[in-house]
Amino acid sequence: MAKVLVVTSGKGGVGKTTTTAALGAALALSGQAVCVVDFDVGLRNLDLIMGAERRVVYDFINVIQGNAKLQQALIKDKRLSSLSLLAASQTRDKDALTEKGVARVMDQLREKFDWVICDSPAGIERGAILAMRHADIAVIATNPEISSVRDSDRIIGLLDSKTVKAERDETIEKHVLLTRYDAARAQRNEMLSIDDVLEILSLPLLGVVPESRDVLNASNIGSPVTLSNPSCAPARAYQDAARRLDGETVTMDIPVVKRTLFGTLFGRAA
Amino acid sequence: MNLLNFFRRSGSAPVARERLQILLAHERTTAGHSDLVDILREEILAVICQRLSVEPDLVQVSMQSEDAISTLTVDIEIPARAEMLMAANG
Repeated sequence: MAKVLVVTSGKGGVGKTTTTAALGAALALSGQAVCVVDFDVGLRNLDLIMGAERRVVYDFINVIQGNAKLQQALIKDKRLSSLSLLAASQTRDKDALTEKGVARVMDQLREKFDWVICDSPAGIERGAILAMRHADIAVIATNPEISSVRDSDRIIGLLDSKTVKAERDETIEKHVLLTRYDAARAQRNEMLSIDDVLEILSLPLLGVVPESRDVLNASNIGSPVTLSNPSCAPARAYQDAARRLDGETVTMDIPVVKRTLFGTLFGRAA
Repeated sequence: MNLLNFFRRSGSAPVARERLQILLAHERTTAGHSDLVDILREEILAVICQRLSVEPDLVQVSMQSEDAISTLTVDIEIPARAEMLMAANG
């Protein structure tokens, strides 16, 4: 029986889709069966980040409306056979995601996989609520920046009230994943610190993903960063985060400033 | 920016943290209230409509929260003719 994980944030552009793909690939690399599901109807992007945009024939909405079987809509990753994608519909209206339909598909996915990772759309509308609805675990992607932290706080409130777990009076496991973290700016006190964010949101930290060109490179070539360049800093942060989700205890690696000669001479971090 | 600040390089993160803490303290207490005011408005309107014919737009319900107390304000504009009607029925 799968664990259902939602990657959510409220705010757009913080790295939900990148995180979904990277965590999905990292968990699949350990041999577990993983399905990543795009809930962003009308603005799908997970297919692009996964490099499967030309292989989408049937999507989530087709399965909900009974035009395709789940098995037909699942796209197996070409690099990793244990990783699958269920794409969102690009053309349909977002109202096509029905509560009942989503519940049925999630039940089917739970039987087939070890992990189901739901990529939430930005905002707090229907798609975002349905993405979190069946989750056992939530990863809240947050940038160390005030508007992102405020939106994360709002999302935490929704996770505690609108999910199936919350309605059954069970607690949903919640983690903060700090993304696009710039160690140099944090050191100069220009960015909220990790401690600031954790204190404000009162949630445990799943990992700190540094701002990096490797993430952009990975999306350019259509590969989760944990597959395209497993040794780069963001990929290692995601690998560690995946191991923590899997129950391992891994020491937290906080990005630090690398000093250059220029920086040392002028007292400024690179 | 004065010269002292320039040399101290204090950064804007502490300001961000303080603003955020104040804002969230407020938002967390009022998060459920927006629905509450809507529900109260509907129910108050329903009760009034049993006795008076008032325009729904002329009923305003608002809630203001301060440190210790919250104030619920209900503002209903009753047309003169409706008042007469009430007197006749009463």
